[in-house]
Amino acid sequence: MPAEKRPLILQMITTIGIVNMLAMPLISHADGHSASIQPGMKIAFDKKKGNCLACHKIEGGVTLADIGPELNNMKQRFPDKSLIRKRIWDETKFNAETAMPPFGRHKILTESEIDKVVEFVWSL
Amino acid sequence: MKSPWLIIFTLLTTSLAFNTSYAETQDEDLKKYRTFFLNKFSNLKLEDFKDGVYALDSIARESWIEIEEFPPYEIYIEEGEELFNKAFSNGKTFADCFPNKGIGIADQYPYWNNERKEVITLPLAVNECHEKNNGKKLKYGKGKLASIVSYMVSTTRGKKTNIIIPSDSDAVAAYEKGKQFFFARRGQLNFSCAHCHMAYSGSHIRTEVLGPTLGQTTGFPVYRSKWGNMGTLHRRFSGCNKQVRAKPFKLQSEEYRNLEYFITHMSNGITINGPSARR
Repeated sequence: MPAEKRPLILQMITTIGIVNMLAMPLISHADGHSASIQPGMKIAFDKKKGNCLACHKIEGGVTLADIGPELNNMKQRFPDKSLIRKRIWDETKFNAETAMPPFGRHKILTESEIDKVVEFVWSL
Repeated sequence: MKSPWLIIFTLLTTSLAFNTSYAETQDEDLKKYRTFFLNKFSNLKLEDFKDGVYALDSIARESWIEIEEFPPYEIYIEEGEELFNKAFSNGKTFADCFPNKGIGIADQYPYWNNERKEVITLPLAVNECHEKNNGKKLKYGKGKLASIVSYMVSTTRGKKTNIIIPSDSDAVAAYEKGKQFFFARRGQLNFSCAHCHMAYSGSHIRTEVLGPTLGQTTGFPVYRSKWGNMGTLHRRFSGCNKQVRAKPFKLQSEEYRNLEYFITHMSNGITINGPSARR
């Protein structure tokens, strides 16, 4: 049956259904994560806060940075989330020659800001 | 593969271990640093480093060459020439304060002054001449002094950097202090000069390419688009220190003069092509 012959209400329901089917997973994905990762992402991308994009490529950020490694597959690389926190806190403990600023030790970020950044970074 | 930092630390420790033989130490330093950069950028020759970051980044180089065709620093050279030749109220000019009347001599700066036991940079010498004859000091970062230095450097173009560290324990100590400054972490962000301009030179910090220390002094003073005017090397030092959230030293402080001594010596043999333009 040609679409134009269908009752309007059916057409609308079909359209809404398709839109919903497409949109729902995206919306639920965002809903499931935004609360936990959005604040951290904001801090990570803020030039006056984490400024992570100065040195790292991160999905969603505009940068050519290649000083530190790209931040991806973090759960595989860091099954232990607390290790990410320790390395953001003071990477010099893990690599004495690193260029990475000791965000915790030098109070570049607060405890709670670091917690938020860890949530974001671990989601990458 | 050895990390660049391992190489740098080896360089630093071996050069410190040689401290008993001064002249040898600096010659060794020169060889080691050159080798480091020439290995890191194996497609470049020593002389190529005079173009700073534009020796590395071909896209930025194209626009830089275009800018250099109508150089934004030209009016500063002209202003500098006028100021340089203008007589003080006592009838003297800057030419009276310098060897060869101040023409083509920028390659001899900075130098170790044995009587004063300190490093004398060209901006310092220009300002001391101004103060002696005019009674007033000029500002070191930009303005008239940057223009006068720009003119004097422009008359030196084509000569090669040739910094001599005399076999004098105080001169060597000044050089070594400059070296320590260069390799020391500082500021809240905990970077050393060497992190960005040696180990990670050629890498991108966000979208900008980090310039190598080798050849970095040859282009100064620079017209920097970010500044919108001419600036001296120490103005840039100060900016770098602020960027790592360290308290900057005063321009022409002993710390910055020693640093200038160390990094200019590193560029020995590279042609002076300043003033130049930078982003």
